[in-house]
Amino acid sequence: MENLLAGLEMLARWDVMVALLVGSIGGVIIGAIPGVGPAVAIAILLPATFALDPIVGLTMLLGIYGSSMYGGAIPAVLINTPGTAVNALTSYDGYPMTQAGKAHRAVSLAYSASFWGGIFGILCLILLSPVLALVAPMFGSREIFLAALLGIILVILAHRGQIFAAGLLAMFGIFLQTIGLDAVTYTQRFTFGYSFLSSGINLIVVVLGLFALSQAFFLLTAPDESPEAKPVKGRMSAGFRELLKHKRVATVASSFGVLLGMIPGTGEFTAQFMSYTYAQKTSKTPDAFGKGSPEGLIASEAANNAVPAAAMIPLLALGIPGEALTAMMLSVFYVHNVIPGPALFQNNIDLVYGLYFALIALNVIVMVFLLFSTNLLTKIIRVPTRFLGVTILLLSFVGVYSLRNSLTDCMISAGFGVFGLILKRLNLPIVPIILGMVLGGIMEVKLRSALPRLKTPFDLIDRPISFILFVLILLVLALHVRTLVCEWRGRPAAEDHDMHDTQMR
Amino acid sequence: MSRVKTLQSLFKRYRRPGDIVFAWIALIVSILLLVQVTEQTAWKSGGPLFAQPRFWPAVSLGGMAFFAAFHLLGSVLSERLHGRWQEVWLWITSLEYALWFIAYAVAVPYAGYLPATVIAALLLALRTGYRRPSTLLAAVATALVIVLLFKTFLKVSLPSGAVYEVLPDGLRQIMLTNF
Repeated sequence: MENLLAGLEMLARWDVMVALLVGSIGGVIIGAIPGVGPAVAIAILLPATFALDPIVGLTMLLGIYGSSMYGGAIPAVLINTPGTAVNALTSYDGYPMTQAGKAHRAVSLAYSASFWGGIFGILCLILLSPVLALVAPMFGSREIFLAALLGIILVILAHRGQIFAAGLLAMFGIFLQTIGLDAVTYTQRFTFGYSFLSSGINLIVVVLGLFALSQAFFLLTAPDESPEAKPVKGRMSAGFRELLKHKRVATVASSFGVLLGMIPGTGEFTAQFMSYTYAQKTSKTPDAFGKGSPEGLIASEAANNAVPAAAMIPLLALGIPGEALTAMMLSVFYVHNVIPGPALFQNNIDLVYGLYFALIALNVIVMVFLLFSTNLLTKIIRVPTRFLGVTILLLSFVGVYSLRNSLTDCMISAGFGVFGLILKRLNLPIVPIILGMVLGGIMEVKLRSALPRLKTPFDLIDRPISFILFVLILLVLALHVRTLVCEWRGRPAAEDHDMHDTQMR
Repeated sequence: MSRVKTLQSLFKRYRRPGDIVFAWIALIVSILLLVQVTEQTAWKSGGPLFAQPRFWPAVSLGGMAFFAAFHLLGSVLSERLHGRWQEVWLWITSLEYALWFIAYAVAVPYAGYLPATVIAALLLALRTGYRRPSTLLAAVATALVIVLLFKTFLKVSLPSGAVYEVLPDGLRQIMLTNF
């Protein structure tokens, strides 16, 4: 109870409230503009938040993360272009509803389902906290090493149809973090004699290049477009009543979001597809899916909005980010010397509760904002894409240069920008590089610190949690091999498609 | 025969033009880096394998080469896509915008953040084909908002321009601090 109050107190500051307001509303606007997305916004704002208090910086970034999917539903429903990549399935049923003259119904239903998913995710996070506080201290160096290894394997295997590319890029990420002076032996690694490489390749510089600058280059090299969204008439709160008729679908979809959000590397896409498939299979009208089914829309939006809260679980409890946005947030913790992981629940539990309350508050703020401003957002959607590219390029400079006023950083970032553009054009994933960098660093440090206690390699798995993690790794690999064998025996899986659309992330 | 076919289909992937060029470059770079591993990393004699400074670079580069080889195999076995070299040309043309970005970064410490941002916004808007005065005005307004938000209000660490030094005393101080 004391911790809860301390968490509330942490939030009851004017600067935190302003950060939350700016983050939440900014996130909705950013989410609503196709071609920007939360990753671009968080990457740009990241260095600016380093000068702020940890709770202020984190609530702002959390605001953007948690609210962007609300905004992303608007263009997905109205113009068949998802605002963020994770709103892709929303357009399957949302746009046909708009074509049938039911845009108001679709948008309000999307908001209600998002709210349901968001709040469900936070409640699960709060309920799970005592368990996390109990389990997290059982994670020592070897357990965190194995959890990070599991994360890398899942990130690679989650990219069905692109596993080799995802593996290549994850390994590239691991390699990138090894460049520079080795912190233990003080020997140079792949610096080729260049002094600027001795301090290593900064994660933020890579993130800004791969997410922000690449998006600017992508928009600037593509033909100019100006999406046309018509205003929506009617009360936006109407969707809640309809949502209550589909409580089961919304709850199951949110549960998928929570479960998959907790597992590193899987996230919103898998959660959405699983809940959409579930909703279709259990629906009385499965044929309506893809043609304007309210259940399909609810399944998609409730699942993706339940993920942000769940994604905080491995980040806060183990210090292991499950996807790119939480990987970026991890650097905010590090800058302020707050190390997420088992110790966080013992030493900074007030910060953890503060973040929970911030998540609840952001969902309420966003919902209230959307009830009154949907039509304003339909105007913002119309910003021409090349103009957006110019704006992102100018903003990226703030992010890269403010880090340490280095022109070299700008050049490295521009190089990663071009690399990111190539990956986006080829529809290859960017996230494995970032997770490879972060998880690779964690694996190296944790394996080294576990070594003095390891007499034989089997000592790595001689504790209950490490053994469970090891079995999970074997299980994941075995399941993948089984799928491959099935495909080889002439039962090919569904053709790969745009499921991993990387162009908006 | 059918086995061969299904094995082939196992490596077939959903691709876009230019994928095979990327696959070749990725494999060549991975192998070139991998052969440098003994030269670019050290081996501490007597230390355990997992604690060697060479261990993680070797594992990651070995993994890169392994996955790159299979990625290339997948590309070779998949249907040929047209428009490969147009795509590669687009990648090359994107370097122009990378140069714009670097030129803007070079200009800021000399011209000052506010003038450099306004000029960059205007020139980029013109370069990307906008001619209407209202759009160009919007580009300048966007640049102003960015400067006011990050430099004036958030006090983000950005350099002051050398050009500000020639301004009269009072104005110079304001420009150095806020713009």
